[in-house]
Amino acid sequence: MAHQAITPAGSAHDEHEHHETPVVFGFWIYLMTDCVLFGTLFAVFAVMRNQFAGGPTGKELFDLQGVGLETLILLLSSITFGFGALSAQAKKHGLFIFWLAVTFLLGLSFVGMEIREFSHMVAEGNGPDRSAFLSAFFTLVSTHGLHVTCGLIWIAVVALQSFGSQAWTPRFMSKLTCLSLFWHFLDIVWICVFTFVYLMSVI
Amino acid sequence: MLGKLTLSAIPFDVPILVGTFVGVAVVGVAVLGLITYFGKWGYLWREWLTTVDHKRLGVMYIVLALVMLFRGFADALMMRTQLAIAYNGNPGYLPPHHYDQIFSAHGTIMIFFMAMAFMTGLFNVVVPLQIGARDVAFPFLNSVSFWLTTISAVLINVSLFVGEFAQVGWLAYPPISEMQFSPGVGIDYYIWAVQLSGVGTLLTGVNFFTTILKMRAPGMGLMQMPIFTWTAFCASILILAAFPVLTVTLGCLSLDRYLGMHFFTNDGGGNVMLYLNMIWAWGHPEVYILILPAFGVFSEVVPTFSRKPLFGYATMVWATIAITFLSFIVWVHHFFTMGAGPSVNAFFGIMTMIIAVPTGVKIFNWLFTMYKGRIEFNSMMYWVLGFMVTFSIGGMTGVMLAMPAADWVLHNSLFVIAHFHNVIIGGVYFGYVTGLNYWWPKIMGYKMNETWGKRAFFFWFIGFYFAFVPLYIAGFEGMTRRLNHYDNPDWHLQMQIAEIGVLLIACGVVCQLTQIYVSIRDGKLPANRDFTGDIWNGRTLEWSIPSPPPAYNFAVIPTINGLDTFHNEKEQGLGGTDKPLEDIHMPKNTSAGVFIGVFAFLIGFGAIWYIWWLAALGLLGVMATIILRSANLDIDYYVPASEVQRDLDEHSRKLMAQAAE
Repeated sequence: MAHQAITPAGSAHDEHEHHETPVVFGFWIYLMTDCVLFGTLFAVFAVMRNQFAGGPTGKELFDLQGVGLETLILLLSSITFGFGALSAQAKKHGLFIFWLAVTFLLGLSFVGMEIREFSHMVAEGNGPDRSAFLSAFFTLVSTHGLHVTCGLIWIAVVALQSFGSQAWTPRFMSKLTCLSLFWHFLDIVWICVFTFVYLMSVI
Repeated sequence: MLGKLTLSAIPFDVPILVGTFVGVAVVGVAVLGLITYFGKWGYLWREWLTTVDHKRLGVMYIVLALVMLFRGFADALMMRTQLAIAYNGNPGYLPPHHYDQIFSAHGTIMIFFMAMAFMTGLFNVVVPLQIGARDVAFPFLNSVSFWLTTISAVLINVSLFVGEFAQVGWLAYPPISEMQFSPGVGIDYYIWAVQLSGVGTLLTGVNFFTTILKMRAPGMGLMQMPIFTWTAFCASILILAAFPVLTVTLGCLSLDRYLGMHFFTNDGGGNVMLYLNMIWAWGHPEVYILILPAFGVFSEVVPTFSRKPLFGYATMVWATIAITFLSFIVWVHHFFTMGAGPSVNAFFGIMTMIIAVPTGVKIFNWLFTMYKGRIEFNSMMYWVLGFMVTFSIGGMTGVMLAMPAADWVLHNSLFVIAHFHNVIIGGVYFGYVTGLNYWWPKIMGYKMNETWGKRAFFFWFIGFYFAFVPLYIAGFEGMTRRLNHYDNPDWHLQMQIAEIGVLLIACGVVCQLTQIYVSIRDGKLPANRDFTGDIWNGRTLEWSIPSPPPAYNFAVIPTINGLDTFHNEKEQGLGGTDKPLEDIHMPKNTSAGVFIGVFAFLIGFGAIWYIWWLAALGLLGVMATIILRSANLDIDYYVPASEVQRDLDEHSRKLMAQAAE
């Protein structure tokens, strides 16, 4: 949605006042609200983490190896996205598409693994309606997963748009910057999920 | 195919609703017919519905707020009338099922769709003009925010005629709002209307935070910003920090209801008090989101009509910042009876009382601004004085409630109702109405009618005391809130006096509608018209440009060298600029905001009635619209300098014609 219809007031004659478009700044602010959203979900999880209602605990449920692999994949996708952004700076279209495709596939496999983990748990009767702990777990982790899915759609859209006349315009580049902020932000959130949800439930 | 939706969802058996529906349908058809008759559809679509101009969006927000005020006030009138007669065996005319929906809708509508819409409207109209900007930072996002708010308001009103509304109060506390106790669609209407409008509000917060930080005219540091802009800034910060919490809270409640999760249920390890903590961690900042901009309005109006600079600008700013901060550490005072223990309650009680300090600073700043000023007693100053008296009383009863020991007695009583109406009507509403009167000439080019404005004030002011002082007393006498009928003879007189009060306020509402009608009717009279753009001899930048302002606001972006630069230059006979005109870069109108709104409505309506294909269609529609918008390259245009020059010439020609009259 971010776009750049209006340059900051009077940018023609006071460039020293405004170095960048407000788009990236505004997106930062949006990300901070997303941070509050995840923070609230973490707080909910903290309250619910021992409310098993006779159901299974995290220790019994979580497969750390699978989650570790997910973590690795997502972190790797941040690096590949970074390469993509660098190729965009250098206007190397082929390389840009290659790195975006790699990032997309890594993100897709992350979401795929998460869905597999979830469906496995649900099939064993440990779905989100089993206990408050599982409600909080499923909600927090799948909110992150939904964000990643949105990121995947966004990556696909940006990759497609790079073939059109929008490619490498300032508007396109600031869109790409927003996307990369978003993608790296999801990494940071995942590290918190991995630590506070998975690791701390298992120890 | 239609989920839970069947013909039986339409309440043919409730005569009040059928009557209302007929009324709404007749008025609706008449309005649509008039638009068609005058051939205004194209104009409406091109100039208003698809606009990204902050001034027009602001006007539409305020229109929405006034319509919702009417709806919310009708609810209030019905409740008071019910309680005036439902005594000693008389069941009244509203059965509990209907009555409970009315009080839930009253609160929800007044906060989310009256007050929030009014506030956002004032932000939109005023903030870019006050900081010397040509629009907000994200004009298209602004249109999306408006449409999300509007379709949510529509959604909540659809619940009148299709299905039912929530019967659990305006914050939908669990466990009663859980599926087990409220299996109907009422809560789902509540959730989706509030959730979608909440997204709109969050985007508004992002937009105005960025606008104020990034788009101020050169030379305007933070401490040179007008106070209204400061309060809009602080309210935006509160929105950014608080609304995501609301999203999560309602999200968890929806997951409980739709997927059988156990966040707030009685079983499965759920925790009801978690909901209360979360909803008030949003809810308390929310009331400051509403009141801070009202303080901002007063801080503009009082100096203008006292003909003095604002007393204590810096303290006013710091008081605003202090309130912004404190608003996040008082939320437990909404449920001292939870039993969090003496130390927790004492902490939150003391924090709550401390808020009275910065608020008191503000009151004294306004008083000292008026002291030895040449006060002009127009209807706006009436509202200001009414506010100062009323709000101070409300603040004092708030400090009373801040004492946990007193709160244990008064919790859930009518005393609480009287208190928050005291601050919300006396503070928020009086403030926004003042703002409407003050900035109306800026947008319309003529001022509002004074006589009807003063009548409206007196009816509201006196009516307020008649309506709510009895509720304080009844609260002390032990009358709890949300009663449908009662037997205690001690309360009956109070309820009857309150009924008189609400009828007086009704006269006030009628006077306000009349004021708007008369003002528009007489707008062309020379006495009301203003070509100078500075009808009040104002102090801030919005008065330096013509009324109504051109789409690009400022022909030349002004340079600021301190507080009240515009006013100082005016005094010294300076002003004007020798900067050359340039082509102005402007955003193009777009229908994408309307489409996102319509599709979001489908998501909400589909989810409420379990019509999943419709909800999926809405979601796809929203995504497709965003992607198409993102691919659209034709989003801006330039106003040539020659056209700006022509506007300037036209403006000075009008000025000279007025001077010649």
